[in-house]
Amino acid sequence: MIALQPENSTEAASASAPSAGPRPGYPEPLLEDLYRRMLRIRLFEEEIQYHMSRGRIHGTTHLYVGEEAVAAGAAANLSDLDYITSTHRCHGHAIAKGSDLASLAAEMFGKRSGVCGGKGGSMHLADPARGNLGGTGIVGGGIPIAVGAALSIRRLGQDRAVVCFFGDGAMNEGTFHESVNLAAVWKLPVLFLCENNLYGVSTHVRRSTNVQDLSLRAAAYGIPGRNVDGMDVLEVYRAVGEALSHVKKKGPLLLVAQTYRFLGHSRSDSNVYRTQEEIDVWKKKDPILRFRRLLIARGDLSEGRISEIDEEVRDEVDSAFRYAQACEEPGLEDLLRDVYAD
Amino acid sequence: MRTDSGTGARRIREISYAEAIREALREELLRDPRVFLMGEDVGIYGGTFGVSAGLFREFGPDRILDTPISEAAIAGAAAGAALTGTRPIVEIPFSDFLSLALDQIGNQAAKMRYMFGGTVRVPLVVRSPAGSGTGAGAQHSQSQEAVFCHFPGLKVVVPSTPYDAKGLLKTAVRDDNPVVFLEQKLLYKDTGPVPEEEYLIPFGKAEVKRAGSDLTIVAWGRMVGMCLDVAERLDAEGISVEVVDPRTLVPLDARTITASAAKTGRLVIVHEAVKTGGFGGEIAALVADSEAFPLLKAPIRRVAGFDIPVPYSPNLERNAVPTPERIEQAVRDLLSPREKLAGSIAGQSR
Repeated sequence: MIALQPENSTEAASASAPSAGPRPGYPEPLLEDLYRRMLRIRLFEEEIQYHMSRGRIHGTTHLYVGEEAVAAGAAANLSDLDYITSTHRCHGHAIAKGSDLASLAAEMFGKRSGVCGGKGGSMHLADPARGNLGGTGIVGGGIPIAVGAALSIRRLGQDRAVVCFFGDGAMNEGTFHESVNLAAVWKLPVLFLCENNLYGVSTHVRRSTNVQDLSLRAAAYGIPGRNVDGMDVLEVYRAVGEALSHVKKKGPLLLVAQTYRFLGHSRSDSNVYRTQEEIDVWKKKDPILRFRRLLIARGDLSEGRISEIDEEVRDEVDSAFRYAQACEEPGLEDLLRDVYAD
Repeated sequence: MRTDSGTGARRIREISYAEAIREALREELLRDPRVFLMGEDVGIYGGTFGVSAGLFREFGPDRILDTPISEAAIAGAAAGAALTGTRPIVEIPFSDFLSLALDQIGNQAAKMRYMFGGTVRVPLVVRSPAGSGTGAGAQHSQSQEAVFCHFPGLKVVVPSTPYDAKGLLKTAVRDDNPVVFLEQKLLYKDTGPVPEEEYLIPFGKAEVKRAGSDLTIVAWGRMVGMCLDVAERLDAEGISVEVVDPRTLVPLDARTITASAAKTGRLVIVHEAVKTGGFGGEIAALVADSEAFPLLKAPIRRVAGFDIPVPYSPNLERNAVPTPERIEQAVRDLLSPREKLAGSIAGQSR
């Protein structure tokens, strides 16, 4: 069975030492929550990879392994009433936003009990009850949707916000420009959260974008732009929290989380555009291992407590995948259903 | 409240197509606080064709939203708003510009309900003026209804009269699906009877605009009036033409169309959009695949825009789309004796 493999080298430990400077004291339940959210994503995706490699899950998939701190740190600031819009790499967002793992796993297996009835698949996980307005297979396609959700919030007088996830690649789509500008002139409560994992499929951001500090682009829309270490879940949690208070009071903000995907762009990626050395350097910043070490080093959580959480999440994921595989496939009676609302 | 069926014996007021749309907007804005209108210049300017004139003054900037020139963001934001509890109406100033918003309309809004397993509703109306005849050239004159019919999840409305425009728009605003509402810009000033009292026209219900027995014309949008004029003229010669207006192409009232074709035995389809890939081909195929087919006395004929971008020069522009002469010729061809008909088929150019 696949399990999270802790790295034992001392080099890795020193490379991923906790961020410098004083940390605010976070309550234990929050620290557990952040750890649990990240671990759920990691173990869930390792299962996907395992089953896909054995032909039990069809289609393609875009794994989030390495980027978990961004979704977890952001979503821990949100309630079910707050909205997110997601991307083609949407498993992590859906899990962090609190969707039931069993329903997500069932969706991956194309089952009727899946979160989208088996009709969406890996790129289209949505869960409106949890405020997740869905992943999209179109790069940048979800950005205007986020602006619209914020427009509803304004119109309905709700105390909510929208977190719009997108990648560095999407920042060169027209929808990014149009949507950030629109949200800015209307001062809508949207946090534009860029997950800069350095690559649009194989193209390095250096070769796609002439501005290397992507947060500078915020100036073009007259909104604040900030950066955050996307491999540090506490930093993401803090930065998103601060950003959301700005967003709710004053309108949009662009936050760029520097992160990295440890695995290929999709199933078919053979990583010919980057070196193993580069991947290894980033793996030393593994957000989950780094956070675990930090929690233990600071005495926030005991090793025993962390092992308990590991076990619980392992069981949760295993049970989700057992459930998913046992579920029924949708039948032909489902084929034509739900094209239109009655 | 009345539902459907046009003009009774009682004399009712006449208003323009644009006024009818404005009334529908106003009534729906008053009825439901979740409804709002957004688009380029829809506010104090009143919309590119003046359709929303006065609404800004009445409803204010929270309900009538002027946007930047950002069609993809407008359409996508409308989809996002529709997903989250409001009911946006979008105006895109020329339907040619819908291509800028096509991903958001066809790939996002249209697919969300199915793709997300029926967990969402997308109550969104995209209004946009379509059609040629204004001398605005190739990029402000197209008729692309067929494009939108090709995205399952969208509903497509092409109203031909003030009465239909009002009743169909009110239905569109209350529908829980994305609706593409293609207004006919040359009809904006045309007037017709519209009752004072509220009414709705259901989607998927064609109207026989004129009953006849010799031949059926199926037409929509601006072409309906042109076909009725042709039918009127031919009536004087004893040729009885039935004119059927589907009003909504998705959903399509197949039953009324095939029943009419079965009754008259002859079918001409008229649309302003270019012929190749036009929705007329779909209707021809529908009838060919129906119980009406063995009853046909002549081939099915399409009279459509030529397969060209809409040209500028008035004489060219007028002739790029169906003219009364071309429609009349098609009717006469199908009613002519068999040998002559064979000749007309051979001589028909695309």
